[in-house]
Amino acid sequence: MPKLDIIGVSKIYGNIHALNEVSLHVEDKQYVCVIGPSGCGKSTLIRCISGIEQPSSGEIYVDGKSVKGTLIEDRQIGYVFQDIALFPHLTVHDNLAYGLAVRQTPNKEMRTVTNEMLGLINMRDRSRSYPNELSGGAQQKVAVGRAIATGVHLFLLDEPLGALDAIVRAELRYELRKLASDLGLTVIHVTHDQEEALSIADRVVIMKNGRIVEVGKPTEIYHHPKTLFTANFVGETNLLEGTVSKIESTRCTVDISGHRVSLANQNKKMGQRVVISIRPESVLLTPHTEEGWVGRIMQVTFLGSLNRYVIDVGGIDVVSEVSTTEYSTGFRVGESASLFLKEANMTLFDYPEEGLEKEVRLE
Amino acid sequence: MAGLLVPGEGSIYFDENPVSTIGAQNRNAVYVPQRYALFPHLTVLQNVAFGPLARGKPASDALEIASKTLDLVRLSSRAQALPNELSGGMQQRVALARGLASGAKLLLLDEPLSAIDARLRLDLRHKIRDIVKQSGLTAIHVTHDQDEAMSVGDEILILKNGRIQDFGPPHRVYRKPAGIFVTNQFGGASFFEGIVDNTVGETAFVSVRELVIQAPSRMLTLTSSVILAVRKERVRISTDQPPEMDNVFKGEVRNIRFLGNSNEYVVRLWNGDAIASRNFAESESEFKVGDEVLVSFREGDVMVFEYPPQGLSKELEIS
Repeated sequence: MPKLDIIGVSKIYGNIHALNEVSLHVEDKQYVCVIGPSGCGKSTLIRCISGIEQPSSGEIYVDGKSVKGTLIEDRQIGYVFQDIALFPHLTVHDNLAYGLAVRQTPNKEMRTVTNEMLGLINMRDRSRSYPNELSGGAQQKVAVGRAIATGVHLFLLDEPLGALDAIVRAELRYELRKLASDLGLTVIHVTHDQEEALSIADRVVIMKNGRIVEVGKPTEIYHHPKTLFTANFVGETNLLEGTVSKIESTRCTVDISGHRVSLANQNKKMGQRVVISIRPESVLLTPHTEEGWVGRIMQVTFLGSLNRYVIDVGGIDVVSEVSTTEYSTGFRVGESASLFLKEANMTLFDYPEEGLEKEVRLE
Repeated sequence: MAGLLVPGEGSIYFDENPVSTIGAQNRNAVYVPQRYALFPHLTVLQNVAFGPLARGKPASDALEIASKTLDLVRLSSRAQALPNELSGGMQQRVALARGLASGAKLLLLDEPLSAIDARLRLDLRHKIRDIVKQSGLTAIHVTHDQDEAMSVGDEILILKNGRIQDFGPPHRVYRKPAGIFVTNQFGGASFFEGIVDNTVGETAFVSVRELVIQAPSRMLTLTSSVILAVRKERVRISTDQPPEMDNVFKGEVRNIRFLGNSNEYVVRLWNGDAIASRNFAESESEFKVGDEVLVSFREGDVMVFEYPPQGLSKELEIS
């Protein structure tokens, strides 16, 4: 069964390291999402796995066997990308059967598998339609079905939902995930959509500048990021710069431009520069009291299920998102409010050597 | 609006003046397409100065306007770069700057952020709005992203098959959407098909496959077919009986989806219908797939629509 090992893979174009010593282990039947800003190397990585690109150095093993020298068509890997590539002159049924026909599958088996596939992707009633008679979402389902019908178990998906409308995309990602679980597929899914990755992946890989920054379960990545880059890249966050001003047994106090936060010490030293990451939904707002941090509401944006507030706290902008179900009224621009930062949801980082802005830069 | 297409019928007015006979270049409107369409052989600064120059401004004035506008989009440091040396997000900001520098008062943005990574898009949408407001412009911003629309729009227009479905400020469109399609497209909800069984005062009792849901009665007639809709974040799930809830039903957790700032649950109710619940309060999911739970929501949070002539699924269809 397909487990995948990538060991020290680099890909160099001229003097650009598109991939720089990338190593990754993927278990059989795992669903892995790869995210990162444009140009981080995520597409190059799966192009190397597929055989479309050859690594400049390093090895890729599928089921413990090196794939070096194995042609694309012999790698037993399914590949689906953003631009839907169905045969326009073939019906849905014939598109699904295509891979099987090429592999000279006996007619009877071909019929059974194609039929099964039509059921799996929920398109029995569209089997005689041509691609241009289908919506983008339906076409992409056929493309996935066609890849699955060939019987491979390792799938590479490069922004498979990227060309679709937001609502269709959100529905289809769960369908895709279910299909992969039901059939026990191993999937590497590249996406630029963080929410897509969090909601369907067993593990999320975050890449930046040709390297893997972090690998973890969606909840770990979101709630306990190991790097500042991840904290900022996956979901929005407030990054508060400060200095450790007090250490008492297991706790420390961080001074953020005169505002103090007390939290569990994580190996920080007195006087050290640090950055605290706290997500907007972990910044709670109450009408002005004497406790907590006091700030002035600068901006209110209604986001349907959430209200998003930008609050000026003595020169620091803090973003808070509050469920619209929690307060009947909410706050208006110009009002003052008290902020409470949920300690359990704060992550403490060393101040990055090259500066905060550079560390979290997206482009 | 931009003048790239001529309407078959009807009129378009800018400041009460009809523009149908005015060429695209003379409309005082600027169109910023999804693909930035920058001049590849001109520097960022020259790209932005192009509009003022074309309008006959002396070169020194044009360059001054251009560098001020680049300041606004925070790209002054890249003024001498060529477009292909910039990231997609930066190129998009240059395109925006070029639009702003053109001196037009109406900005027509066609999916300006769709070619940009999701995370960067979050930052840029706030920036676009700030710039438009600071510059005192009127903007029409086309997007397929409902969150983007809510974040930037003073008002939101929803179109389907060439017709306007709804038009209003974000909170109105979200709280009182004009129909089923708008509800689904804009925020999403769980939908139920039901029949009005009884009304008592302001409450209607709607039966939904053996389930009775309490909804605001408004002007519902008995035995009429209706569609009920409940926003995900208005649905609570719990193991204990929740206080002050009008609708409480038993169900089983079928799916849990981690969305970062929230968890989304799909619960199958005992009558077979599915309902979604989105919980922003918990950081780790408190429930597991297969858990027996109680699902609850208030009567006032149920939206009621007439049963659509072609059925619910047809109404929800996007394309």
